[in-house]
Amino acid sequence: MTQGQEQRDVSRRRFHLGVIYTLMGTIGTAMGIPAVIYLLFPPKSRKAEEWVEVTDLNSLPLGAAEEVVFRKTRVDGWKVSSEKTSAWVVKKSASEVIAFSPQCTHLGCAFRYEEQKKTFLCPCHTSNFDLDGNVIDGPAPRALDRYLIKLEGQKLLLGPVQKSPEA
Amino acid sequence: MKRKILDWVEERTGIETIVKNFLYEEIPASAGWHQVLGSVALFCFMVQAFTGALLAFNYAPTPGEAYHSVKYIMSELTGGSLIRGMHHWGASMMIVIVVLHMTQVFLWGAYKRPREATWMVGCVLLLVTLAFGLTGYLLPWDNRAYWGTVVTTQISGLAPVAGPYVVRLMGADGGVGVVTFARFYAAHTLLFPLAIVALIGVHVYLVRKHGVAPAAGDDLPKKKFYPEQVFKDTVAAFIAFAILFTMAVVLKAPLDRLADPTDTTYTPRPDWYFLFLFQTLKFFEGKMEVVGAVVLPNLAIVGLFLVPFLDRTKIAKVTQRKWAMAVAAIAFIGWSGLTAAAIATTPSAPEVAEGEAAEWAQLTPVELAGLGYYRKENCSACHTLGEQGKKPGPDLTGSSIHRDAAWMIAHFKNPQQMVPGSTMPATNLPDVQLNALAAFLIKLNASNAKDLRDAPMAAAEGAMVYHQNRCAACHQLNGSGVKLGPALNGLAKRRDRTWVEGHFAEPQKFSPGSTMPPYRLAPKDLERLTSYLMMY
Repeated sequence: MTQGQEQRDVSRRRFHLGVIYTLMGTIGTAMGIPAVIYLLFPPKSRKAEEWVEVTDLNSLPLGAAEEVVFRKTRVDGWKVSSEKTSAWVVKKSASEVIAFSPQCTHLGCAFRYEEQKKTFLCPCHTSNFDLDGNVIDGPAPRALDRYLIKLEGQKLLLGPVQKSPEA
Repeated sequence: MKRKILDWVEERTGIETIVKNFLYEEIPASAGWHQVLGSVALFCFMVQAFTGALLAFNYAPTPGEAYHSVKYIMSELTGGSLIRGMHHWGASMMIVIVVLHMTQVFLWGAYKRPREATWMVGCVLLLVTLAFGLTGYLLPWDNRAYWGTVVTTQISGLAPVAGPYVVRLMGADGGVGVVTFARFYAAHTLLFPLAIVALIGVHVYLVRKHGVAPAAGDDLPKKKFYPEQVFKDTVAAFIAFAILFTMAVVLKAPLDRLADPTDTTYTPRPDWYFLFLFQTLKFFEGKMEVVGAVVLPNLAIVGLFLVPFLDRTKIAKVTQRKWAMAVAAIAFIGWSGLTAAAIATTPSAPEVAEGEAAEWAQLTPVELAGLGYYRKENCSACHTLGEQGKKPGPDLTGSSIHRDAAWMIAHFKNPQQMVPGSTMPATNLPDVQLNALAAFLIKLNASNAKDLRDAPMAAAEGAMVYHQNRCAACHQLNGSGVKLGPALNGLAKRRDRTWVEGHFAEPQKFSPGSTMPPYRLAPKDLERLTSYLMMY
């Protein structure tokens, strides 16, 4: 084999290897990126925010918490179902209302209302919250999450839950 | 450092030796571009396995939900349409490549001694590939899937003696249903993948055992598989991939309407690669049907298996194998002729079979307006439309309320008179609106309830405006209304939003000579009506 031929063989081999790796890399990328997007991107939402009428302001006691139960549409993947949801509603004044999501911000347990103390108590790890949802004591990392609220006359409408900021 | 790690791994696993043995296998000097198809077929299978697994991550394998989950993949997941497109078109591509691979082996006579077993395992691989296509066809559970499978199972039932058992095995004893679905799914995702991986293993082992078939008279020194042949295989696989990717991007994988066993307008068709069989059937009638359905296809399969034993000729150059070329050409002409005939004789689908349109989008404006009134009157405070949960009133998908419209309207006005003891309050809507409400409820059933519940508010509100302004007195939409003015289906393709909005107030300005009276709609109504019409 002459030296020139050997050199040609080497550069030929290098060309083959380069093409193999480039094309395989391209295929891997063209499959891999859509796969990651497909698995990790949240689904395009089908519905605008939904507002549900839950109660009449007049029926709520002033300065105390009241649990209201209502139905909400839940979009779960390809399934849309109507499910029961509840909210703890506190009427602060004739025109000011707060509605809390009924789950403790610590680990998601359902909390209850202590009528005498006017506090919310989570039975799991005894987190305590005041009527504004602020943490009094216990392991909860942040105040209770609130529903977005709309008032139409005396009708109370609840929207999506907004996460409270970390303390 | 890299060498050290590799040596460590090599000492414990021997993996480097295995890879080297695989890559540096000796192949004949005559090997080349014509032998890339086997690798491309394997590559196609890998793409199918990968995209199939991804689809399974978001697929509900039950007839009740399969369709909705496929729709969810197609329309709501980013990249979902691409992944399903690759899986859908990839199935066709894999069949094409497998057949081309077999044709190449056939033309070159590479199945000759000692490679008969390799050929026969290859035949089984072809059958498994076709079985993948057949079972996968059912899984989207749309009309196309359902009716195609109905025909398939009926054909299998024609087989003498075995027929009823094959049908039972497919779970289609009492017609295509949940059992059929479960079995096709299990076969498609459990049984066949295991089978094909095992068979590919045997096939590749046999290829390695006997070596790649050399061309006749090739006695040049052998060369290595890597990198030259691997380079050719990779280039070929890349071309296949580029075509597939483009198809998946450009052509959306079909998704018809939800499977409807009562739909008498649907023309069932198998996927294109089975059309020739479908066409063959037409040449045999009555008692002879079994010949076209079972005897001929099975003879063809047996013939294919026996090719190495039927061809007793000496090893020869491909250019001298005239009879092999003739057989391949006849087979190809026969296949394409039958396929073309099948396509040509397919009756054109009736107009309504537009596919893909959601159930709610197929409602007439009156029915959709009825849904709007249902929501506006807050009927859902006491009634369910097929969803879970207990409410004071009955679920309205139940058949007991589906009487005639007159009864329903009387009942809306005075519930107690029609159903003594009912606690339902009377409805105070004008008769026209009660009519619409009744029309909607008559249309409602358990299978479309979910989709109708999901109808966007914008559509229902727009339909109410459409209904209240009596647009149907001059226009047709979804086959309902008077054809005085132009039909409104396809409006979104003909006009843009601004045109439609402006046209209501001044029809003559936008289409001279129009006899349509001007409509001064409230801005909100105008917006709703336009949004609704732009959905068609």
